Amino acid sequence: MSVAEVRSNTKIVLHGRKVVGGCAEGEALVTRDTISGWGGINEREGTVIERRHELRGVSFKDKVLVFPGAKGSSGWSAYFHMTRLNGVAPKAMIFNKMTTKVALGAVVTHAPAMTELDQDPLVVIETGDWVKVDADNGIVEVTKKAAK
Amino acid sequence: MKLTDAERAMLDGREGPAKQKAMDLLMRYSDALGAERLVETNNVAGAFNASTPSVRALVAKGYDAVYSELNLDSADVVPIPKMAVNTCQLITGIDNEKWRTQGIPEELADQQKKAEGYFGARGINMFATCTPYQVGNVPVKGEHCAWMESSAVVYCNSVLGARTNTEGKESTGAAALTGRIPYWGYHITENRRGTHLVEVDVEVDDIMDWGLLGYWLGEVVQEDIPVLTGKVRQPSLIKLKHFGAAAASSGGVEMYHIPGVTPEANSIEEAFGGRNREGTLRFGAAERKLAYDTLNCSTDRNVDFVMLGCPHNAIEQVWLIASLLDGRKISPSTQLWVHTPRALREVAERNGYVKMISDAGGVVMSDTCPAISRYAPKGTRVIATDSAKQAHYLPAILGLPVWFGTVRDCVEAAVSGRWSGGLQ
Repeated sequence: MSVAEVRSNTKIVLHGRKVVGGCAEGEALVTRDTISGWGGINEREGTVIERRHELRGVSFKDKVLVFPGAKGSSGWSAYFHMTRLNGVAPKAMIFNKMTTKVALGAVVTHAPAMTELDQDPLVVIETGDWVKVDADNGIVEVTKKAAK
Repeated sequence: MKLTDAERAMLDGREGPAKQKAMDLLMRYSDALGAERLVETNNVAGAFNASTPSVRALVAKGYDAVYSELNLDSADVVPIPKMAVNTCQLITGIDNEKWRTQGIPEELADQQKKAEGYFGARGINMFATCTPYQVGNVPVKGEHCAWMESSAVVYCNSVLGARTNTEGKESTGAAALTGRIPYWGYHITENRRGTHLVEVDVEVDDIMDWGLLGYWLGEVVQEDIPVLTGKVRQPSLIKLKHFGAAAASSGGVEMYHIPGVTPEANSIEEAFGGRNREGTLRFGAAERKLAYDTLNCSTDRNVDFVMLGCPHNAIEQVWLIASLLDGRKISPSTQLWVHTPRALREVAERNGYVKMISDAGGVVMSDTCPAISRYAPKGTRVIATDSAKQAHYLPAILGLPVWFGTVRDCVEAAVSGRWSGGLQ
């Protein structure tokens, strides 16, 4: 399906693999840049702080965070863990590349998380779309912002 | 998930509530990864500390609560027994002696010492460095480890041939109590083979150039496995320490091969081990300059803080800094912090290197670094460092511009208060 075809539909359903169970919905925040935890986010505010990152200064609090994967420090999980304790964690996570950093980070964030979607979520989902992540059933529902 | 009888007993709570919580986390983590079983480990390097302001509320509940939440992802507070396997502490936020110089409030310094009393009594060895392999934890080839610290992980896999994924605070906390970690990723032989050939067309020999190569490479390959060939001269611990740290900052490199140097590849063919080569990359003068220009984000040449030693300096590096400073004074407008593991600081002290550096006006620190502590000298506006990793992280963590160069460039900046480095 081309991007144009995707956009013409009101609701797009993607299938993938559960990383962390649960179901949550919210507004998508999409980035093509990989994310660092320690040294890449502010765990008290829930913002990206990395220099040269396209989301620098942007908050992921209560967003469905859609990103390629994790990079950098092993403090990835500890920092996303702290965002949960501080009440500024993402509502759900969707990512492409599985690593130990992102797997453990998703687990300790306690937010539904999915990977291995049948279409590239970085292409199909845009910032501002409404996204429901039903990780228990392996389903992601995307409502394009124009159709909302 | 296939569990052994011993693992099942821990999961069922027959070995106590802490091991049960640890196994519960390892199960959730394995499930997320898609791992089918656990592997035994007797070598854990983690982060067992509670010295940041954001964990004050937890500390008030006691250190069992700190370990339960931060090291086991358990809101239920469980009593923590002695560690089941060899475990060490990585870098911390506070130098136990120089905390005043760092600008750390006394309350936090006390908090770290109390926490170390608790963790130390449970058998966690307080190396307090990002480089455990410099102070006695040197895993052997093939040894399954559970290590945090991206710069140590890439060293462990690539240079030592031991096997670890980049673990986190919670998974190392669970591994230390169970002696288990998911059998996934770099624990499996086939996953350790190269993905990209990197032809190095400019000579890479000095430490700065190893940092530039690593920084460029990490950004290009992200978490893939590069195989270096071409004009790389025989490296040393110090050079590979810097190279790996840089590659694990701009990207997520956890393993690389240098055929003939690193232990799992005597040849390019062996490095790839039959795996399909995903691409060939070239590191030449343009790539070297790009990495250098990317790391140097300052425009103001007045430098008021010079930081040397990320990853923590080897004793030879402390000696080099002491020699360059011998009989000189650093600028009154500049501060110089030199970081080395506490065990090596003892040697530096004994050798008189600490005195040479402090006579010049510098400070030798241990246990921490500015990126981890988030503390630089008060009033710092421009930083200079010989570390690609610090140059990458400090602008984000402290919001300050950085100059990156050789140790000589940095020492000259400390003495003159001006940055005069440049790419030769």
